[in-house]
Amino acid sequence: MKTFMNPFWHLVRRDLRLAWKEGGTIGIALGFYLVVVTMLPLSLGPDLNLLSRIAPGLLWVALLLATLLSLGRLFETDFEDGSLEAMAIGPLPLEAVAAAKSLAHWLTTGIPLTILAPVLGLLVNLPLEAYGVLLATMLAGTPAVSFIGAIGAALTLRARRSGVLIALLMLPLFVPTLLFGIEAIGAALTGSGAFLPAFLILVAISLASVVLAPVAAALALRFQLQ
Amino acid sequence: MQLIAEKLCARRGGRILFAGLSFAMGAGEALLVTGPNGAGKTTLLRTLAGFLPPEAGQIRVEGGAEEASIGEQCHYVGHANAVKPGLTVAENAVFWGGFLGGELGGGPGRLDTALATFSLEALRDIPAGYLSAGQRRRAGLMRLLLARRPIWLLDEPTASLDQAGQEVLAGVVNAHLAAGGLVVAATHMALGFDRARELRLGSAVAAA
Repeated sequence: MKTFMNPFWHLVRRDLRLAWKEGGTIGIALGFYLVVVTMLPLSLGPDLNLLSRIAPGLLWVALLLATLLSLGRLFETDFEDGSLEAMAIGPLPLEAVAAAKSLAHWLTTGIPLTILAPVLGLLVNLPLEAYGVLLATMLAGTPAVSFIGAIGAALTLRARRSGVLIALLMLPLFVPTLLFGIEAIGAALTGSGAFLPAFLILVAISLASVVLAPVAAALALRFQLQ
Repeated sequence: MQLIAEKLCARRGGRILFAGLSFAMGAGEALLVTGPNGAGKTTLLRTLAGFLPPEAGQIRVEGGAEEASIGEQCHYVGHANAVKPGLTVAENAVFWGGFLGGELGGGPGRLDTALATFSLEALRDIPAGYLSAGQRRRAGLMRLLLARRPIWLLDEPTASLDQAGQEVLAGVVNAHLAAGGLVVAATHMALGFDRARELRLGSAVAAA
């Protein structure tokens, strides 16, 4: 087990260090999130009640789009500079390589976006009671976005403008995450008691995708390496 | 150990590159794959590494690790160097040493040896993005020394290396051969490897 986990954490650490040093991907995702959430209230007008009502949905959809934007490069640089080939014949199965890279992506994109979300909540008049639930649902839901998104990143590895293609391919798969995330927030705000079921399903979706998505991503990567 | 290929056939884009290709090589032997552009040199190396399933025929390793796939017993150095421009030379080396299961944890000795062998000590803390093409190639080749693999698959290993670099590579490869390793290299020029046989692709295609 030790020989297996060692390469895994080496890869996670390297991706974190690269993300920190190069910084571009996180910056663009955060910037995009900020821009989208700032523009929408401007186009909707100064109706605070309307804004409050749609704020959770708005923050969630913008977060999905911002994450998708950064997914395009997930395997691309490793593919271009030959690292992916060297990893594919290394001691770590390609499934674990995909999982390590998805995990690093979640840590460097999902977490910063989640932290930014409550700040942007101020811009869209998010109800005060919703901040905690919003954070909880995003923390629980963003792993699914990174891990499922990795499938799209692997499938579109050799395509040009893969970011847009990933969005087209993968958005349907993000619908359950989005629905249950919003459902949980809505239930918590109205106090209908349906918060826990929705939240648990959200967690289940994330856990299932952490286990299953790397298998699909590795399959796609094997085809891309041929 | 032995690397054996039997009646290999490879197809790329609907075109058969080679067929009925058989060879067997034992410990300490080098095989130089030569031939004109498009003869299938890279395809042969990628088939041996396991990236491409062979169209027909089979590849076996005898006397190696029982459970490991052929790929896991190989170093594959392709046209790209697998060196991250954002990381320093040493960081790149530490990553590959750790990832590929080298014994870097046992001390920095192995890393220092690899850096010294490829004359990269002075550049160890420079981000690889600032290196010249030849220096980057050396940094990529360091992987060969950072983790032990019995079979080395080298695709045009001397590309962009200077005279001194080519001699260093020949020395590293000859030491590997002397220790009982196997080397398959695709090349257009003499590499100075000991005990090297030549496998010429391109002429065999007519047989298909």
